Amino acid sequence: MTTYVRDVGALARKDLLLELRARDTLPAMLLFVAAIFVVFHFALPGTPSRLETTGFLWVAILFTALLGLGRAFVPEREQRTMDGLVLAPCDRSAIWLAKSLATLAFLVAAEVVALPLYALFFHGLDGATVAAVILADLGICAVGTFLGAMAVVTRARDLLLPLLFLPLAMPIVVGAVGASVVDSPGRYLGFLALYDVLFAVVCWASFEYVVAE
Amino acid sequence: MLTARRLGKRYGEKRVLRGIDLALPRGGFLVVTGPNGAGKTTLLRICAGLAQPTEGTIERNATRGQVGYLGHEPLVYRELTALENLDLYGRLYRVPERRERIGMLLERFGLWEARHDRVGSYSRGMTQRLALCRVLLHEPELLVLDEPYSALDEAGAELLDAQLAELRGERTCLLATHDPARVRPLASGALALST
Repeated sequence: MTTYVRDVGALARKDLLLELRARDTLPAMLLFVAAIFVVFHFALPGTPSRLETTGFLWVAILFTALLGLGRAFVPEREQRTMDGLVLAPCDRSAIWLAKSLATLAFLVAAEVVALPLYALFFHGLDGATVAAVILADLGICAVGTFLGAMAVVTRARDLLLPLLFLPLAMPIVVGAVGASVVDSPGRYLGFLALYDVLFAVVCWASFEYVVAE
Repeated sequence: MLTARRLGKRYGEKRVLRGIDLALPRGGFLVVTGPNGAGKTTLLRICAGLAQPTEGTIERNATRGQVGYLGHEPLVYRELTALENLDLYGRLYRVPERRERIGMLLERFGLWEARHDRVGSYSRGMTQRLALCRVLLHEPELLVLDEPYSALDEAGAELLDAQLAELRGERTCLLATHDPARVRPLASGALALST
């Protein structure tokens, strides 16, 4: 267990260092999410309702995440380093977990900017929405990283990732929007947590087969 | 160490390898030659466990972590330094006394002075030297080297000669090259592939 945690730590540190040096992903995510809120702000006539803007928030989060997920395995693809990683004697799921954690860090960093912007342009955020964002992030990164690893080895990777990811992210949108707009969000937050656990276990257990030829 | 019977590989309709038999005992040194497109890389990837044959069988008496694979790409991250790359692989490959081993390899391959430089700033030859450090880092039982001399200058090639000579008999080696004369003194067998 300790070895597994160390492997995940080493791999996640590598991903964070790569981003710190290359600055390929996070600046793009930040710019995108800020731009999308500015566009929504000026594109909507009058004062949109809380219900409508909650939808925009989740659209922005989902597509910002997609941007990060699309870049997740780019270093491994461009430098073919996946061969070196899969030959290592560590559990291959550590690669998925580390990549998910790194992507989660980028998404959270983007949201640190996005959520205050949303509050500034539209409506304030309540605790249930913030909890939904946290739970949704976990599911998005778990599933998206798994699908990113599948898509990256194909020629149509840029097309394939959204095509695979968006249908699987629908329950996240349903749960997250539900938790953000109802008075008693417990059921929706529970649904998001269940989605996270279920899909994290499936991705963790089957990542081995994604990276094997 | 490595036994293959009637090994074949297809990618869709395209057959890239057919009917390969090989037996490489522990400590053996097999040189694989052949023109471009003969399937050398595919054969080496299968032997390393990175690809599965579509025909035939392969038995490998080395676990994943006991294989040292050098492909056409160096398998290192350009944005990381040599030290960071080797430290990452050292951790993942469970290298005991990792720092000492990394230092020794970087010294041997003439990269010690550049250890804090990002690999992206390296010349192709330096990157290949680093790739060799990565391959040798965990002292693998089975070395699978796909054209390891490519991009190396004469000094680098001589370093590799010396390293391979040192490992001869102790480690099993499968090496693909367009210059078989260079490794002939070390080889215990040869396999010529044709298109």
